Amino acid sequence: MGFEPVYVVDGARTPFLKGRNAPGPFAASDLAVHAGRALLIRQPFAPTDLDEVILGCASPSPDEVNIGRVVALRLGCGHKVPGWTVMRNCASGMQALDSAIVNIRSGRSQLVLAGGVDALSHAPLLYSPAMVRWFAQMMQAKTIGQKAGVFAKLRPAALFSPVIGLLKGLTDPVVGLLMGQTAENLAWRFGISREAMDAFSVRSHQRALAGRAAGHYAEIVPLVDTQGRVYPEDDGVRADSSLAGLAKLKPFFDRRYGKITPGNSSQITDGAAWLILASQAAVDRWRLEPLGRISDSEWAGLDPAQMGLGPVHAATPILGRHGLGLADVDLWEINEAFAAQVLGCLAAWESDEYCRENLGLPAALGSLPQDRLNVDGGAIAVGHPVGASGARIVLHLLHALRRAKARRGIAAICIGGGQGGAMLIETV
Amino acid sequence: MHMKDRIYTNWRCEIGADGLAWVTLDKPGESTNSLSSSVIDELARLLDDFESQPPKAVIFRSGKAAGFIAGADIGEFSGLDTAEKGIELVGRGWHLFNRLASVSYPTLALVRGHCLGGGLELALACRHLLVVDEPSTRLGLPEVMLGIFPGWGGMLRLPERIGPQAALDLMLTGRTIDARKAKRLGLADECVPPRVMDSAAAQLVSSGQARRRLPLLQRLLDGPGRALVASGARKQVARRARIEHYPAPYAIIDIWERHRGNALAAPELIDGIVRSPTARNLVRVFFLQERLKAFGKGSSFEAKRVHVVGAGVMGGDIAAWCAQRGLTVTLQDQGIERIAPALKRAYSVWGQRIRDERERRALIDRLIPDPEGHGARIADVVIEAISEDLEAKRALLARLDGEIRPDAVLATNTSSLSIEELSPVLARPERLVGIHFFNPVARMPLVEVVSAEGTDPEMTQRSLAFVRQIDRLPLPVRSAPGFLVNAVLGPYMLEAMRAVDDGIAPETVDEAMRAFGMPMGPIELVDMVGLDVAMAAGRSLAGKTAEPPRCLAERFAAGHLGKKSGKGFYDYTSGRANKAAAGAIPAGLAERLVRPLLERTQQLVDRGIVADTDLADAGVIFGTGFAPFTGGPLNYLRSQHG
Repeated sequence: MGFEPVYVVDGARTPFLKGRNAPGPFAASDLAVHAGRALLIRQPFAPTDLDEVILGCASPSPDEVNIGRVVALRLGCGHKVPGWTVMRNCASGMQALDSAIVNIRSGRSQLVLAGGVDALSHAPLLYSPAMVRWFAQMMQAKTIGQKAGVFAKLRPAALFSPVIGLLKGLTDPVVGLLMGQTAENLAWRFGISREAMDAFSVRSHQRALAGRAAGHYAEIVPLVDTQGRVYPEDDGVRADSSLAGLAKLKPFFDRRYGKITPGNSSQITDGAAWLILASQAAVDRWRLEPLGRISDSEWAGLDPAQMGLGPVHAATPILGRHGLGLADVDLWEINEAFAAQVLGCLAAWESDEYCRENLGLPAALGSLPQDRLNVDGGAIAVGHPVGASGARIVLHLLHALRRAKARRGIAAICIGGGQGGAMLIETV
Repeated sequence: MHMKDRIYTNWRCEIGADGLAWVTLDKPGESTNSLSSSVIDELARLLDDFESQPPKAVIFRSGKAAGFIAGADIGEFSGLDTAEKGIELVGRGWHLFNRLASVSYPTLALVRGHCLGGGLELALACRHLLVVDEPSTRLGLPEVMLGIFPGWGGMLRLPERIGPQAALDLMLTGRTIDARKAKRLGLADECVPPRVMDSAAAQLVSSGQARRRLPLLQRLLDGPGRALVASGARKQVARRARIEHYPAPYAIIDIWERHRGNALAAPELIDGIVRSPTARNLVRVFFLQERLKAFGKGSSFEAKRVHVVGAGVMGGDIAAWCAQRGLTVTLQDQGIERIAPALKRAYSVWGQRIRDERERRALIDRLIPDPEGHGARIADVVIEAISEDLEAKRALLARLDGEIRPDAVLATNTSSLSIEELSPVLARPERLVGIHFFNPVARMPLVEVVSAEGTDPEMTQRSLAFVRQIDRLPLPVRSAPGFLVNAVLGPYMLEAMRAVDDGIAPETVDEAMRAFGMPMGPIELVDMVGLDVAMAAGRSLAGKTAEPPRCLAERFAAGHLGKKSGKGFYDYTSGRANKAAAGAIPAGLAERLVRPLLERTQQLVDRGIVADTDLADAGVIFGTGFAPFTGGPLNYLRSQHG
């Protein structure tokens, strides 16, 4: 029956800022610091009262490798509060929450700042191994003659075709597929049409806009860059998203013949999201008023080529442990890496064959009512700063549950490399 | 005889197994080292002792955490009542440091922390100069700021060490430089972190290395090119200081150019400088500044977090300044859009001033926009800096009073409202203090700390300590319209505008006061303050019955508000006043214009708004820039009658 609940005291995130083919205005640690300091000033405890800071990040830049510690120090947590970084690709932020949960349950920590961040627009360009070898030879060359010799071996093609770090990160290193190609696999397997994907995407934008208008995005802390420009909200949400418009986009991952386009995929984005997790003792000590609690979590592995079904594999055991059906959960957040991937998850649960063969169930689990799923839109509209998304959906789900005066929700996320993560959230 | 057997009061000498003599200056009962006559005398004895038994090498260092040597003992300056005493004082250091410079064994000054004036002249007389790379390490020859010159070899050796242009720049401005800059200029041979300073000192002094030679061009400029350099320097100085007000910088150039830095070769110059009223008054200003600084010592209060409400120019600049001084600051206003311009201003200032990228990032991290005002609850100091609207301020203060910690300082930055009008809305009215900054915060050293009848003295003490903590000069004043600084400026600006009404051109009025020694003319000051503010202040300070000057009322009615609107008494293009040439200054104009200021200052002392005449002088000098060489308005008044 899951575990002793760990409380979520509060949370905040930056606006998610769409990558625009150049490094964005904030480094990953800047994003985490700006959201974190705004969150911490409204707490009854000081940053130095935290037991640890855990930050999920899929691609910290070379000058902030243990970004969790960098951010803890920059937030004024002091020398004594440990900070560390976790990495589970798209679920790095959710992994940070789960690591905090483990430490709180073991009694090692009482009060933890945990979350996720990525600044994908800052992903580096890398030298190819051929170029790296050339540099090494150049360093070893002592005389001018030797240097000239090495210089003559330089191949401009190697110099001017850097490896794009971001593409590396979005390619499965074992099966060699781009993430979008794994989503194409799901579309093929479950017969998901381009129209269904585009319609799902339009709805994501519409729900995000409606949610914004209704004040459902109070979790966002506005940012101000060094030029004094204000970034108040997620800047990838489009009011003009339409079926006709999306239909014009060309397939990106399986060019010409595929169905997945940038329009029905999540956006490359910079952003950070934080939660404060607390034990019962910490809640009592600081007289905290929790938003809710995380009652259970699960990690699952599956074929990397089908990674998008990760939420199905992670959430199903939680449902089983708590004796719940899909419709017993009041609200769902399934991270929208790709429309085809979320729709694939729903189709998998509706498939007798999939549930029998892959989940050990006697028959299909059933249908997940879409009016309970991603009620304020998802990553297709607001963006997917890889490491931050897992924390964002947990935080947003908690607020959504409280607004709906509902009790129970599940946040689930697919993970490049063939994994899934899920958390059972309850309001208190 | 063994060196370590000799007993000195101020110096300690230890000789290591390697034969190096570590000579530590550690004046008993003082937190900083200064070169008092007893320190100088003992150094002479020390050199005598070394002469009889030369050590392998000598390393000079400080036993004080605060720094190396702060300079001469300024307290001894007041005894220089005859020309002979002045010459004797100069000669004492000049000869001693010449002797130090010519010893047979290698010497090194290990400089950590401040190394100023005579302290730097001592270090320059050593063969090697090693600086420790820490923010507190500052080197300079600031004598000119006391109206005197670096007569103990500074004018000789600094140009030899770093070239005459850079040296004159340092000596004529009195500006100090950090360790890295000292290395870059060639003043220091090496710049090292504290962890290796001792081994670096030992290695360097034993290395047998000669000192770096100046580049040829610099050697030429310090030789045949002197006249050229001197004339350039005189022009530079003339732009900032008039010789009749500030003779010292001109004397520095003369002594360097004509006497190779040896002031003793020009005894008439020594007497003209050392016993000049300017030097006497600037030394007085120095001690007034020390007195203001001491106000911060009455409380052990140390703020960590500051909350500022109001992100306008004042609030934003106060917040940025506090962040720059190491505090964590939350800045509140209605919405992030109102806070963003203040952040932009701070970031742009830091972008220019703060070279170190990590330090700049730390400042940005510490200045936290806080539209919802969460920071108030946890702050040690809460400063209200919203618009001068009594009801708005009252409502805000009442709300803050309920939110903030009971022991937090609650302050208003009001310039026109009184503490008594604002405090009754608080549960404990006695907690409210005024902490009144001047614009621009980063450049104006004075901050008035305002208390009313019944203000909790503990809160006043904390406010004074806070102002010191952020490296401003606190002046305690009683609550009264305009406090000290604005109250004395009001009648002065009013009289200046009356002079304009009398037909004197604004340019002429301004020039008269600049010739008097003011940093800015009174009419330009009205433009900077804003004609709207001047109208409002005129009403509240002079009473509703008084007629405003015609020249002010007309311009105000035409919508000319001064520099901020691009047009006031002057027209402004890109922030600069377009001034015509000043006319001939009518006799007695400066006296006429300054008199209301002098009289008002005396009145405020008489009424107890400021505690005594010295503090009034300090406040007016540091708050308005009132000609420092006069020693302040009341000192000036006395000298006129004396």
